[in-house]
Amino acid sequence: MRYSGLKVITEGLRGNTGWTPAWRDPAPKPAYDAIIIGGGGHGLSTAFYLAKNHGLTNIAVLEKSHIGSGNIGRNTTIVRANYFLPGNSEFYSHSLKLWEGMEAELNYNVMHSQRGQIVLCHSDGQRDALARRGNAMINQGDDAILLDREGVRELLPYLDFEQTRFPIYGGLLHPRGGSARHDAVAWGYARGADQRGVDLIQNCEVTGIDIENGVVTGVQTTRGAIRAKKVGIIVAGRSSQVAAMAGMRLPIESHVLQAFVTEGLKPVIHHVVSFGMGHFYISQSDKGGLVFGGDLDFYASYASRGNLPMVEHVMEAGMTLMPMIGRAKVLRSWGGIMDMTPDGSPIIDKTHIDGLFIDCGWNYGGFKAVPASGWCMAHLMATGESHEVARKFRLDRFATGHLLDEEGTGSQHNLH
Amino acid sequence: MRLKCPLCGDRDRREFYYYGAEDYLRRPGEGAALTAWDDYLHNRDNPAGVVKDLWYHEAGCAQWLVVTRNTVTHAVSGVDLVAERKP
Ligand SMILES: Cc1cc2nc3c(=O)[nH]c(=O)nc-3n(C[C@H](O)[C@H](O)[C@H](O)COP(=O)(O)OP(=O)(O)OC[C@H]3O[C@@H](n4cnc5c(N)ncnc54)[C@H](O)[C@@H]3O)c2cc1C
Ligand SMILES: [Zn+2]
Repeated sequence: MRYSGLKVITEGLRGNTGWTPAWRDPAPKPAYDAIIIGGGGHGLSTAFYLAKNHGLTNIAVLEKSHIGSGNIGRNTTIVRANYFLPGNSEFYSHSLKLWEGMEAELNYNVMHSQRGQIVLCHSDGQRDALARRGNAMINQGDDAILLDREGVRELLPYLDFEQTRFPIYGGLLHPRGGSARHDAVAWGYARGADQRGVDLIQNCEVTGIDIENGVVTGVQTTRGAIRAKKVGIIVAGRSSQVAAMAGMRLPIESHVLQAFVTEGLKPVIHHVVSFGMGHFYISQSDKGGLVFGGDLDFYASYASRGNLPMVEHVMEAGMTLMPMIGRAKVLRSWGGIMDMTPDGSPIIDKTHIDGLFIDCGWNYGGFKAVPASGWCMAHLMATGESHEVARKFRLDRFATGHLLDEEGTGSQHNLH
Repeated sequence: MRLKCPLCGDRDRREFYYYGAEDYLRRPGEGAALTAWDDYLHNRDNPAGVVKDLWYHEAGCAQWLVVTRNTVTHAVSGVDLVAERKP
């Protein structure tokens, strides 16, 4: 079924009786040409682009819970292309272009809103670093505008410009940055993949990976064995467990990242704003809730909830930056499990097992990467070659010393 | 979360710095293969369940600790001094 404004109106007049489910609920077949483990944003976009770009439609996405239950439905939805290092820069630039065409491509409203993202600076050194980053973004063909203090005040008059502890020196505005509705991205790719013949199999947990003589032959699941010549592991925070089924030990440590939302308010924060001191970032959803978050809880965790010290820290950082939010009531907080790598950059690569591929290590920045990760992983699985914008996301880069340490914080998993 | 330091007793989590898995205690010897260094620095078992990891009692006795805890429930079942570890 094609969605359109006219369809919404006619269905409204007909009492909304004509809508059909957005995707089928098929039983698993005994064999597929390719299997994707994990029905998060990245697994779904990979399936979609395998079908759309490479004509591979006899494929299944196996999801242990329901579509959208993982990080794709838990993130704070920031979409940006403001990376600095060659390797990251071209990838996120490609991703942002795909975001800009996503709604037309999927015939789905993902509420992508390019409201502008502003990173603030609070010292001369930080300003110089932002100027350098802005130049890298412009060189990559994306947009960046360095704002002075008055430029920031014009856009964000509600910040505390009086305080002396972290004075606001200026900021870097990325006009094409913004946010989107996270669930809609999962649903849009799920529907698009389903329409092209992909089987989305929910409540189907992969419990084993079958390998014969170094070649993958299929997977074991809670709904039986399924054969396939190509298997992609795309399970975010659970990457270490699934890779262990194939005897692999990954450069990943899983950590919990929390996020928060307030009651709905009238429009007040019109951009995505990041504090340059103390990790804090905020935007306002279309429902009016202020959506914000901060840093990891800092110790390895698989609990999808965090601890109080980080709650306190995030609230303090928010109050330091914009005291006006102190009167809003926090409605909910939650956590998601992040696949942290030692350099903070992702992995899209083959493994030492023939036919087994892996896409993981998204740290806490994988939402913006959903389209390009799927695009590049599909390219890799279909052709056996890395896509040119993802060619540095190698699994062996830690062994060979080709790290992509965007933040320059060293090879400790929780510091990125 | 609270950790029971063997020297200082039960303390708030905020007094401690988390470093990573106790793999950091198994530093490869001089002349070890590059793959051993790669494994030591980067690769982790990363289990959902019981782990041993390294914490530093930064705002306390300044001792390095091995904490045994569950990454799914956050329950802590043991805190030992690295200095008293048997080789
Ligand atoms: C609080 C928070 C805020 C964030 N904010 C941002 C942000 O502002 N911008 C941004 O770019 N990124 C952000 N991220 C990161 C982003 O959400 C993730 O990097 C990204 O969603 C991970 O990829 P995914 O969508 O495929 O993961 P997921 O949705 O987690 O998908 C993985 C799926 O694999 C399934 N699975 C696991 N094991 C198995 C198995 N054995 N068999 C079958 N299925 C299995 C899981 O059930 C899950 O559905 C944030 C994350 C969190 C938690
Ligand atoms: Zn102590």
